[in-house]
Amino acid sequence: MSAILQGAGAGAAAALSPFNSIDSNKVVAPSRSSLSVRCKRYIVAGSDDGTNQSFGSSSLVARRSQPLMIPNAVSTTKADTAASSTSSKSGHELLLFEALQEGLEEEMDRDPHVCVMGEDVGHYGGSYKVTKGLADKFGDLRVLDTPICENAFTGMGIGAAMTGLRPVIEGMNMGFLLLAFNQISNNCGMLHYTSGGQFTIPVVIRGPGGVGRQLGAEHSQRLESYFQSIPGIQMVACSTPYNAKGLMKAAIRSENPVILFEHVLLYNLKESIPDEEYICNLEEAEMVRPGEHITILTYSRMRYHVMQAAKTLVNKGYDPEVIDIRSLKPFDLHTIGNSVKKTHRVLIVEECMRTGGIGASLTAAINENFHDYLDAPVMCLSSQDVPTPYAGTLEEWTVVQPAQIVTAVEQLCQ
Amino acid sequence: MALSRISSRSNGITRPFSAAFNRFISTDSTPITIETSLPFTAHLCDPPSRSVESSSQELLDFFRTMALMRRMEIAADSLYKAKLIRGFCHLYDGQEAVAIGMEAAITKKDAIITAYRDHCIFLGRGGSLHEVFSELMGRQAGCSKGKGGSMHFYKKDSSFYGGHGIVGAQVPLGCGIAFAQKYNKEEAVTFALYGDGAANQGQLFEALNISALWDLPAILVCENNHYGMGTAEWRAAKSPSYYKRGDYVPGLKVDGMDAFAVKQACKFAKDHALEKGPIILEMDTYRYHGHSMSDPGSTYRTRDEISGVRQERDPIERIKKLVLSHDLATEKELKDMEKEIRKEVDDAIAKAKDCPMPEPSELFTNVYVKGFGTESFGPDRKEVKAALP
Repeated sequence: MSAILQGAGAGAAAALSPFNSIDSNKVVAPSRSSLSVRCKRYIVAGSDDGTNQSFGSSSLVARRSQPLMIPNAVSTTKADTAASSTSSKSGHELLLFEALQEGLEEEMDRDPHVCVMGEDVGHYGGSYKVTKGLADKFGDLRVLDTPICENAFTGMGIGAAMTGLRPVIEGMNMGFLLLAFNQISNNCGMLHYTSGGQFTIPVVIRGPGGVGRQLGAEHSQRLESYFQSIPGIQMVACSTPYNAKGLMKAAIRSENPVILFEHVLLYNLKESIPDEEYICNLEEAEMVRPGEHITILTYSRMRYHVMQAAKTLVNKGYDPEVIDIRSLKPFDLHTIGNSVKKTHRVLIVEECMRTGGIGASLTAAINENFHDYLDAPVMCLSSQDVPTPYAGTLEEWTVVQPAQIVTAVEQLCQ
Repeated sequence: MALSRISSRSNGITRPFSAAFNRFISTDSTPITIETSLPFTAHLCDPPSRSVESSSQELLDFFRTMALMRRMEIAADSLYKAKLIRGFCHLYDGQEAVAIGMEAAITKKDAIITAYRDHCIFLGRGGSLHEVFSELMGRQAGCSKGKGGSMHFYKKDSSFYGGHGIVGAQVPLGCGIAFAQKYNKEEAVTFALYGDGAANQGQLFEALNISALWDLPAILVCENNHYGMGTAEWRAAKSPSYYKRGDYVPGLKVDGMDAFAVKQACKFAKDHALEKGPIILEMDTYRYHGHSMSDPGSTYRTRDEISGVRQERDPIERIKKLVLSHDLATEKELKDMEKEIRKEVDDAIAKAKDCPMPEPSELFTNVYVKGFGTESFGPDRKEVKAALP
């Protein structure tokens, strides 16, 4: 159960003020132990829908008088529930980067073809510690420290994948992968097609991106908007330790090239994940909080801003449905569509730039496919079309803040 | 032993015809030793000897395959002018010796990856004329189902990794293949071919650095035809000694118009790469056509230069002279062989012309390995959960 944020504990009076960005160091919720003992699966927030929505196999839906957020959520109707988060079985608690490492390690144990390449992934242990300890365990040939040449080592990973290896290519920061754009676009995405299906490229390209803590413009890039047009690749974004591990494993097992977007500020999220093996679907979205009034679509770090805003919204009497889309390419229009058909209002909250971001594509997709079900225009909150400034206050205004989300929902739900 | 490897090497193209010629031409495996035209120039290594061991069978195979390649490229020229081949068409005539010599020195387990001038290398790796012409004309029977085109020929079962349009991008891929060969402990090497134009790409040096660092069995082969599209090498490179460009990596300069020199160098390179890591080969070669069919090829070089090379260094003429001097066939027999080849190529073109275009549904196949990106799969990726609209 992930008691990710402010909303989790009853005693979470120390709610972060709306104008603060999430400080990842403070994300560990205070009263976790009480939660994990008590809860079966989900805690439905206090909105009074008469239907007993049972999520998956657990029929125990605890209703609480205080509004609480769904601590963790998995897609409702799909078989993912079999692999969803802990029931009363003991899981183990870890941070998001440890979850990624666990997933990676399990896959490397399982399949000798999996190898990791990137800068400082081996002896240094990874700049975000995702590959810590792997070089000692698997040796230098499977955990490869590359020189600083993104173009070449991404190309090498793709070439190795053509022969059947399954490299996991790490960009120390997603922004650096711009240097490898040619390899990712032309070779990674297109080789399966231009060779008439002869070669598959089962690579995973992963790395942290997104706006961090005053990292400057070049280190705060959101590459999902640049990569989204490349045919032949899949893109996923993880947001919790649970889905980080699940998506990492699924991405490695996938025969298609997958780009896994992590976020610099989410690496220290703590959650309890199951002991048994599980995988998350690469193409499925995650229902974070079912609701009735409005569908809020988000991914990665903005999920937490949305959940924080949701807390305020619930206090004001709204019932937002929050979906973490997870799969950035292709969009899970099935889950999204079902939600739109229910709520008739959509708000997209993303960290990409306004122009040409994931939100822009998603807006177009929803308008095209679900126009008849919309009562209001699709609203999209994105980052400003500016290079991310260094100054802390300016940086805050670049990304979407919870207060803006609350305002937008109020506007849409009039 | 080199000889047994040569005689047991199956070149699918020549096999049906060698039987026909057995009656007239001696095609036994009597060893013949041939001197290369020029000595090798080496950088940081000892050059191999100039005496190359071969056999009469191999000599005739060389002639036949090179004549086939030449004929195929010239036929592609006419097809392009007849607008049956569209887009880009980069022809390899003049450079056949590189493809042929390389094939003679290696096995199908060794990988080759090259840029867009890939028709003849594909043929050398065991591709058929039918696949070549179908792919060039965008038909279903093409080696990439008509979806790749001239620049995207691949043959996975003979370790031919293409066929790449972006200059220089294939070299890191090639080093990645070499890495996989080392990872899987195969005793095989990868030849990553690129041109003198691509030799100035940064990613080449990046990949070379990694290959040297990790001791990968990668052989970088610069097919130096002296022109990077329209720019002569002396106008593009401060140091046109491409074999020395590896600095700490050994290099060898080879006369790329002499198939036996190429063969010797590739054999040497393979042995070197398996033991000591990467090596650079520079093949001094020449292309008669322009860079591609859109380039006349005469605006940046004189016709005298082209005809001069054709007279003095043509690879097929060299082999022909060797065949005649070793009494392996008569002029007439060789001419008959060329006629047979011409007919073979014409037949392949006719057959490819009859081939249908790809089905419209093929537009969406092979984008992803499984599903078209519009399906949602279960965790084990076997079961379709939902079809996304």
